[in-house]
Order: sequence, then C-alpha cells, then structure tokens
Amino acid sequence: MSDARLKWLLLPAALFVLAIYAWPTLGLFRNAFNETGPTGAMVETWSLKTTAEVLEDNFTFDLTLNSLWLSLSATLLALAMSYPVALFLFRTNSRFRGLLAVVAIMPMLISGVVRVFGWLAILGDRGLVNSLAQSFGLISAPMKLVFNWTGVTIGLAESIMPYMILALLAGFGQLDRTLEEASRSLGATPMRTFLRVTLPLSLPALALAAGLGFVLSMSAYITPKLLGGGRVFVLATEIFEQATTNTNWPMASVLAIYTLVLLLLLLVTSNLAARGLKR
Amino acid sequence: MNGAGRVLSSLAALVYALILAPIAIVVALAFSADNFILFPPSGYSLRWFRALSTHGPLLSALWLSVQIASVVTLLSLVIGVPAALALAKGRFSGRDALTNFFLAPLLLPTLITGLALLLFFTPLRLTATLPGLVLGHMTVTVPFVIRMMTTAFSTLPDDIEAAAATLGAKPWRVVRRVTLPLVTPGLIACACLCFLLSFDETVISLFLSGPRAATLPVEMVRYVEGRTDPLIAALSVVLIVATLIVVVIVERLVGIARAVGK
Repeated sequence: MSDARLKWLLLPAALFVLAIYAWPTLGLFRNAFNETGPTGAMVETWSLKTTAEVLEDNFTFDLTLNSLWLSLSATLLALAMSYPVALFLFRTNSRFRGLLAVVAIMPMLISGVVRVFGWLAILGDRGLVNSLAQSFGLISAPMKLVFNWTGVTIGLAESIMPYMILALLAGFGQLDRTLEEASRSLGATPMRTFLRVTLPLSLPALALAAGLGFVLSMSAYITPKLLGGGRVFVLATEIFEQATTNTNWPMASVLAIYTLVLLLLLLVTSNLAARGLKR
Repeated sequence: MNGAGRVLSSLAALVYALILAPIAIVVALAFSADNFILFPPSGYSLRWFRALSTHGPLLSALWLSVQIASVVTLLSLVIGVPAALALAKGRFSGRDALTNFFLAPLLLPTLITGLALLLFFTPLRLTATLPGLVLGHMTVTVPFVIRMMTTAFSTLPDDIEAAAATLGAKPWRVVRRVTLPLVTPGLIACACLCFLLSFDETVISLFLSGPRAATLPVEMVRYVEGRTDPLIAALSVVLIVATLIVVVIVERLVGIARAVGK
C-alpha cells in the first residue's frame, strides 16, 4: 500500500487525540489563569492571582510534603518487595516461571477498589492482622492500621509493585550472569557477590523503577482516598476535592499543573540518575 | 550457578504471599455470614451474593459499565487499529513524532486527564452521560490499542505480505486476507484488555460521573466510603473471576507481560 494512502488511516485517531485529549488539556492550562470570585463563581480572566494564592498557601506546602513523603515511603517499600520478585523471575528456571510472572503483574489488572477493600479486611480494626495479634495476646486494643498514613503507604506500595517489577525485569536485561559466576568462582560468598556485583549492576534498573513508582504514587487518588478515610491529605486528593466538591476549577487547575511540574522534575531526576549509574 | 537460589526464592515466596493476600481475603470475605468486615469471619454463607443480586444501584452500575466498556472497546479498535497499521507499516517522515503524539495521553496521570475532561465536558453537558464517559475512557484505551497493535503489526514478517502483493493482491486485499488474520490473536487480546481497562477505569469516571450515571467502580467507591460490609467482597469475587478470564485469554494469545508492559 502506498505510504500516502496509509497516512489517511491515522486521521480518525489524530482527530480524537486532538479533540478529546490535547484540547481539554490546553483548557486545563487556560483555566489556571482564571480567578474565583467572592461568590465562588469563576471569573474568566488572564491573571496569576490563583497561582499566587496556591503558592503562598501553607496548606500547599503541607500537601507537597505529604505527597512526597508518602510517595517516598511507598516507593521504598515497594522497591524492597519488588526487587526479590523481579530477580527471582529473572533467574529462575522453574517451569512455573510464566505462571509466576502472570501472578506478579495480575494485581495491575484487578480493580483498585477491590484491592483497597482487601486491605481494609486485612488491616482494619477487626481485620486479619488485629485478630491474629489479639488472639496471640500481643495487643489488647486493636492497632490503627487503616484510615491513616500506615494503611495508605501499604496499599499504595502494593498497587505500584506490578509496574515496578516489570520495570526491574526490563532493566535486568543488561545484567551479565558471567560476572556473577566469575565472582563466585573466585571465591566470593553469595552475599558478597550480591552486594559487590549484582546490586551495583542493577542500580540503573532500580533508579528507573523507583522513578516510575514515585510518579505513580504521587498521582494515585483511590488508595489515599479510601485507605486514608478522609484523614490523609495529599495533592491528588486536594485536586479532586477542589474540582468536584468545591467546584473551584482555577484552583484545581493550578494544583494539577503544579503537581505535573513536580512529576516532570522527578522523572528527569530518576532518568539522569539511571544514566549516571550506568557508567 | 543455576536458578534463583534458596534465599531469593524464599524472599520471593514471602512477597507473593503479600501480593495475593488482599485478593485471597476478599474472596474469603465474600462468603462471610457477618454483618461487617470481620476476619476471619465467624461463619460462612452466600447471603452477600444474594444481597448483591437484589442491590439495585450496584446492578444498574454494573450494567452501565458493561455497556460503556463494550462501546469503548468497539470504538477504540475502529479508531486505533488503522492508526497502528499505518504507524507500523508506513514509511513516511515524522512517524516517530506521530507515534509519540498518539501515546501522549498515557503519559499524564488519569487524575489530570479526568480534571481536564471535567472542565471540557461541563459546558458541553457531557458529564454524567454515556457519551461523555465513553469518550473519557477512550483517552486511555485508544492510545493503549495503538501501542499494543503497533507492536503486533511490526512483529509480523514483512515477506508474507510482500509475497501476497507480488502475486498480484491489491493492498486492501493483502490487509484483509493476510495481515489481519495474522494479528487476530493480538487483536482479540487487545479487545479483552481494552474492555477491562474501561470496565475498571475509576478516576476519570469519578470526575465525570454524576448521581444518575455512575459506573460500577464509582458506585463501589461510594459504597466503601459510606459503610463497610462484605457486599463489596461478593461483587469483587465476580470482578476477580472476570479479570482472571481476561488474563488467561491474553496470556494464551500473546503473553500478558508483553501486552501490558512497554
């Protein structure tokens, strides 16, 4: 088929992306320059008043710290758990490898609400962890594990793990097994081989996976909302609140762009780190 | 040095237990006889499945989600597959830039896309309508179809199509009789994942759903926010089974890791 005629096949998709994605996204940027009047109605204008309000508000600063801290802890937790799984999948010659890989990434396809509900049943006041701890006499009153930062961190870590496992697996492609074998045959213990050979070689993959996990955590809404029980405030929950409950669109737009800029900076950093570590 | 080693295998097994825990517990909880989330349940019954079968809001949300996901899948394939074919087989300048343009919506978090669509759809009165939700979900599924099908088309060996063309087949005939039959497994897998993506889409739907048009995940979020009883667990079992079916189909046809990874 001639290439000129093939190009026409792109038209419907191009129109769709332009009209339903690019144009609304531009509209979001446009809205950031609007103001909210004293009555709460939106005033169409070109000003930086809303931006200034958001940036000067101490609450924005708190939200940013909350988001960063939550994403950092969830990412580190998820990284610590994804790494052994990814390395295991990379190395194993079990005939169940395929099945195990599917199980590792399956949570990605199961509705987030379902998984959050599972965590409520595990971490709730009458959930699995508290019933076990109480029946063993470890605690007298139930531990508060959900509707706070603990619950959100655990739930978030679990939800980003499949993505990080995939990213790690992709990065391990460059891991040269002969180097590990050389280390072992020269008399290094398995632990030493891991610390001195395997881990340094997988640092670029770790940096990329961490960057991905961090970005996914920063923009996650469902987990902080449901496992936070209204007590966990991050940028994502605030954007949603401003847009829907408060219908303060300029504020929501400014916060959204602010979050995007943070995400962009984080992505650039993790990519630079990954590149630097490769040398 | 072969295989994974004992320490690594045990660590991996431990993490697997954690990955599967929420899902396993939801399934167990669905058969609970209690009035609230208590684990382990004090007794087992099918009462929450019976309650589910008569729960109006959740059932109508389920039906709406099935309708939306079907329309989304159909439209996304109709728009996305031709574009993927052109991107995979065309030799025109700017092809890489175009590919990036089509995949751009996957870069932004759905939280941002959802907000942008809310601002765009409200003056058009498209929020809380079926067309609005369909278009919203398509911002996720169209790029997904393009990405997955571009890979599927480009991994096809060129020589079979070339042979058909040499033997005198017209371009459209080559596409219809050679290219499309060869990618049928990929196409089916893509359609299944597309359906699932739309069916599970939560954040964009939360932005676009009103009280009258709520998709299943939205209705579930509202339910979980309001109270905690095992009804959602029963519904979750239905969803998990549906997901498993899709996973098995996709794994058999193209391999799930290849389909969802980049």
